[in-house]
Amino acid sequence: MALVLFFPKGRWHVSSRAFVILLPFLVIAAFWVMARYEARTVHDPTHKSYWERNGMVLGILFIVLVALWTLFLVTLPYLYMVVESFHPRLPPMKRFGPEDYLTLEQYKSLFVSPVDKEWNTTHLYAFFYTIVVSSAVTFLNLCICYPLAYFMAQAGSVQQVRLLMLGLIVPYWVNEILRAFSIRLLLAAKGLINQGLMGAGLTDAPIDFLGNNTGMWVGLSYANLLIMMFPLYNAIESLDKNQIEAARDLGAPWWKIHRDVVIPYAKPGIASGCTMVFMLAAGSLAAPLFLGGPNTLWFTAIVYDFFFQAFNWPRGSAYAFLLLAACITFVMIMLRLFKVKLGEAIR
Amino acid sequence: MSAGVDLDGVTVRFGNFTAVNNANLAIKGGEFFSFLGPSGCGKTTILRTVSGFLDPSAGKVRIAGQDMAGIGPNKRPTALIFQNLALFPLMTVAENIAYGLRVRGIDRVTRRKKAEELLDLIALPGQGDKLVSELSGGQKQRVAIARALAVEPQVLLLDEPLSALDLKLRQHMRNELRLIQQRVGITFIYITHDQGEALTMSDRIAVMSDGVIEQVADGKTVYDKPETAFVASFVGENNPFPGRVSKASADEAVVDTAFGKLKGRNPSGLKTGDKAILFVRPESFKLGKGAEGTTLESPVKNVAFEGNMTHVFLKGAGKKDITLTVGRHGSSKVPDQGEKATVHYTDGLGLVLPEGKMARE
Amino acid sequence: MSSGFALRVMLGFYVCLFFMYLFGPLVVMGITAFNTPSYPQTIPFEGFTLDWFVKLYNHRQMREGLWNSIIIGIGVVALSVPIGLAASIIMNQIYHRARGLFYLVTVSPLLTPGVIIGISTVIFWKDAFGLTDFTKAVFYKGIILSILGQSSFVAAYCLLIIMARLTRFDRAQEEAALDLGATYPQVFLHVLLPFLRPALLSAAVIAFLSSFENYNTTTFAILADKTLVTVLAGEVRQGTTPALSALAVIIIGLSLLGAVVYEVLKRREERIASEMKERARLAERGETAPELFRPAAATA
Repeated sequence: MALVLFFPKGRWHVSSRAFVILLPFLVIAAFWVMARYEARTVHDPTHKSYWERNGMVLGILFIVLVALWTLFLVTLPYLYMVVESFHPRLPPMKRFGPEDYLTLEQYKSLFVSPVDKEWNTTHLYAFFYTIVVSSAVTFLNLCICYPLAYFMAQAGSVQQVRLLMLGLIVPYWVNEILRAFSIRLLLAAKGLINQGLMGAGLTDAPIDFLGNNTGMWVGLSYANLLIMMFPLYNAIESLDKNQIEAARDLGAPWWKIHRDVVIPYAKPGIASGCTMVFMLAAGSLAAPLFLGGPNTLWFTAIVYDFFFQAFNWPRGSAYAFLLLAACITFVMIMLRLFKVKLGEAIR
Repeated sequence: MSAGVDLDGVTVRFGNFTAVNNANLAIKGGEFFSFLGPSGCGKTTILRTVSGFLDPSAGKVRIAGQDMAGIGPNKRPTALIFQNLALFPLMTVAENIAYGLRVRGIDRVTRRKKAEELLDLIALPGQGDKLVSELSGGQKQRVAIARALAVEPQVLLLDEPLSALDLKLRQHMRNELRLIQQRVGITFIYITHDQGEALTMSDRIAVMSDGVIEQVADGKTVYDKPETAFVASFVGENNPFPGRVSKASADEAVVDTAFGKLKGRNPSGLKTGDKAILFVRPESFKLGKGAEGTTLESPVKNVAFEGNMTHVFLKGAGKKDITLTVGRHGSSKVPDQGEKATVHYTDGLGLVLPEGKMARE
Repeated sequence: MSSGFALRVMLGFYVCLFFMYLFGPLVVMGITAFNTPSYPQTIPFEGFTLDWFVKLYNHRQMREGLWNSIIIGIGVVALSVPIGLAASIIMNQIYHRARGLFYLVTVSPLLTPGVIIGISTVIFWKDAFGLTDFTKAVFYKGIILSILGQSSFVAAYCLLIIMARLTRFDRAQEEAALDLGATYPQVFLHVLLPFLRPALLSAAVIAFLSSFENYNTTTFAILADKTLVTVLAGEVRQGTTPALSALAVIIIGLSLLGAVVYEVLKRREERIASEMKERARLAERGETAPELFRPAAATA
């Protein structure tokens, strides 16, 4: 069975996996050929070959480590998962057998439920809900973090900034699960907020913050505040104070200064922060699982269920891949919208 | 033990740019040899090619007669002193000096002893345990030299080592380096853009410009008998008088210039009608009308007193002034600014050379 | 300007609000750890107790999870830091046209949702280890898969940290060492590694911490085993006890301790550096022209 995996015999169900495994090697071989060709045609006096520069032992060691990482820990698993998503769900015995053929049925299942052949409204709803909420949380975090980032980057003294920085980082040393837990405590029926509200006479019965998803929103926002802060802070910090001074001198009101000077300059930072927060929010498990109400449908949680409850790995993979595709599309749109290049956004 | 270095038609190209163009040179073992030229002339490139960090695009580098092609910098019998010294900041002074011995597998005790000896030589006795960041510029310089000497190279290569030091220290170090070289007997290959250094320290100098070696000779020859316009204008101050040869013989030539017919020596064998430049050094001019030799006149633009000599600037033909230097206790009276001055020089002190590119101001 | 002042006040108020939002839940949780009621409660504060810390200590599953987390953390450090180092060196030397793709591949794990990394790790290695019965029995374990899955993105962190330092390396030092006769491996060992040491240490610390607190990826890769974080997740799902608050208090305490230690070490380093600068300055002032050539000194 093992040999069948690696020596494609023209049967589709085998060659798809083998092809995927070969693909990265082909790419590497292509680059290697290009490099040799270029080295041969142009003489570069400073060129020392890779083996000369590192010696045999180190040279082999570096290549092995990097190959292990890029091929076996990054590329091959992803590609393999994608391939898996194009296969039907089969018990272990039947895999690689004649019933293991390429199919789009897992992807279709998001749209048309395989059980009752109707529109898969629950999952579709969950998908869009996840995207919408993640976008909203991204925007919310941007609004929350921007004033503070601006203050820290431009207006604060060095001492204040150091203290604030410390204050920002400390909460993040607490594990995200414990943080979600702490929010739950705060917002629960017997939690402090409800106690306070009832004590002050503003409400009669405890507000179900967790049931109506407020908890989840707070949790998602809270978990990603720092992720938004840092790129924003870095971007605004590099802005020359003099520009702001000049604008102020020319009589611009504060909101115009922000709109016309600070925000355009900080665009890469904004794009970077938004990208990361969106991707982390869409892919997060902890906040929706622990803080969402019983009716919450979070797409990532559905993927989780496919794996641990239904043991339907191909379908889970398909959904995961769709999630990834959605994230990437969103990011691309954001970058296009803000007219920022990919290289700038990745810090 | 010292070795000679031979460059056989060495050319070094970076893409379309030729940094060194067909260098042919034989440096004798045990001599103090300098490459002199403005920045970008290729002298650093030659140094790095000899030490093994660059491969020549054409030609061969030979050290002690052996072809160095394919031999890396760590296997060549050379040691390089970098312009920014490149001392190891995380090692102590003694560890820096002994590093070459360490990689040769010499044991700790012997290494330490050798390092102490060298520390004595460079006048930093007992300071082996300091870190490099605690030293002054001059001290770091000396540690770099000691580090290179520790591996007993056959050729020592120095890349403008004195440029970071201040004037007085620089002048002193010139003498010290020369003395070390004579004592140790190693071949020194020294590159610099400072002609004072090159002239005072070297046995022979190679003057370079734009990748080409213009002339190789000892200091006096390069100064008194430059072979090209570039060498004449780069080494020391010189007054160029461009024009055309109107009369020529085996030893002498007369050049028609903006200041009339000027006479000078003709070692290049120029013929009548050739484009030429007559060069006269500032110190070759004397004030007043001479009994013999060539005379010319020009109004004085400026007079600058500089202690042991006075510079007089006369209006030249183009943008460049004619300069002459008068010693402090010279016989003639120095003219004032605005006056018309008459100066003369003996014909033997004028030099006629083929027209060519001169050193940039 | 009064509008400027009003703006400042608003900004200050905003900053306070922001930090209340940030710290509030943690403070609340911290208080519940010391409060007697078995349901985590802040007000009313019924009685001070350390019972919950004891209960935490006796929680067997957590101890097991803690142990696994530490093992995985060490494994991740042992794998990711060398990978990050190798990758940053290769990044400098790789064929320049391939560099963009290489960078993309190595940084992509940072952008991928942890869930996907976890899933793909399990799917791939199940088949890869499953090729022979031997490898399946030995290697297809939660701990090993967690190490592999986490390393894919932790190595990217290490790469970025180490590269930031590597780009500041003065190539002249490498050349000087070569010129003195060192082989390339010796240059790597004697000159480059000591230079990178601070970055390697930071990378190791960050690697361990990232691995320890990771949930999204680990929850898939750990299979039937558990780590401290997955145990925690299980507990939180089922119910709430102040023992969890106690854990949070411990973690915060350790973090603050870590921060203090770090600050102290940093200050000490700065002090030493400025002392040395001072000595160099004095040496510069007292610079005399020495006699280098001593006929008595024997040399090469």
